[in-house]
Amino acid sequence: MAEHKPKLVCFCCERHGIDAAVLAARSGKQYDASVRIVTVPCSGRVDGIHLLEALDNGADAVFVVGCLEKNCYYDTGSIEGRKRVNYVKSMLSEAGIESERVEMFNAASTNAWAFPEAVSKMVEVVKKLGPIGKGGEPQ
Amino acid sequence: MIVAKRKPVNEIADMLAPFKKITVVGCRSCVAICLAGGEKEVKMLVSALKVKNKKEGKKQQFEAFVVERQCEKEWITEVRDKILDSDVTLSMACSLGAQTIGDMYPEHLTFPGLNTGIFGVPEEQGVWSEKCVGCGNCIIHTTGGICPISRCAKSMLNGPCGGSSNRKCEVNLEVDCAWAAIYDRLKIQKRLDLIETISPAKDWSTSHSGGRRVYTREDAKLTPHQKKGKEAIQ
Repeated sequence: MAEHKPKLVCFCCERHGIDAAVLAARSGKQYDASVRIVTVPCSGRVDGIHLLEALDNGADAVFVVGCLEKNCYYDTGSIEGRKRVNYVKSMLSEAGIESERVEMFNAASTNAWAFPEAVSKMVEVVKKLGPIGKGGEPQ
Repeated sequence: MIVAKRKPVNEIADMLAPFKKITVVGCRSCVAICLAGGEKEVKMLVSALKVKNKKEGKKQQFEAFVVERQCEKEWITEVRDKILDSDVTLSMACSLGAQTIGDMYPEHLTFPGLNTGIFGVPEEQGVWSEKCVGCGNCIIHTTGGICPISRCAKSMLNGPCGGSSNRKCEVNLEVDCAWAAIYDRLKIQKRLDLIETISPAKDWSTSHSGGRRVYTREDAKLTPHQKKGKEAIQ
């Protein structure tokens, strides 16, 4: 049986988050090609509904990459993002779904390894947990 | 406003387990303000239930709608067909909304998605506190505008009791003593004499006793002729 290819969605803030991803690429750091990046103005813009709908529409895991909490471009955006991620984690736990499928990461734009590390952590999670349900296809 | 809280996802999933076609109806009034049953919360719950079903290999069909006020029949009729077309309706409104749908379509199953809690006010973002129990006989003009029935753990009319210590309640040290707050308020208002006035036993007949309370205003009621006209329009 072919190994399951992870489907990851990353909501990346267009400040430190996306800069960290671009820097990783420019520095020649490699990360799993299964990640689909969705840029958002700020990680505080990410809502629980975005995370849950991504899972509902076929993603195996979803994560948010925002600025460092003490160095957020919009001051408290990445703190808001983490709160939303934690709320979705609690909803998933209530539903009996592994809460590790949703995660929040903070990255500095000058850190070339932060983004690839976040991706590889999530790939490991999906490899460990497998798809959500049989085949992971949306209903 | 009425403050409610979503039931745990697994509890809702268990309620809906025997049904295939489910309509989820939210409400844009109180429960949207307290972030329990508005548009976003309805969508999030439906997504969470779908992900749960995907994990468990179950097939259920969800449709989600949000009405302006679920406790008023006029707004429910907007989604009448969708409600009746499903096996069960999950109401993401307070119990009033769920019961309104239930009363309108008694043959149809309507389940509650929220636990209705309190008459509360938003104290800060994400925090709602109870300030009224709907006793039907308001006395806050004598208590500096603070309701001792809802805010005192013992609902005392002549407080504070002996359990009040350092402005906290003996029932729970996290809770402020309502009568300490009443004292402060009356002091600001220069009406401290009121705290020495003994309030007689409260008339609780206006509260929840003797069955359902119904409030009417005769001048607002429709005559049989007007009712007939309204029904004809609908």
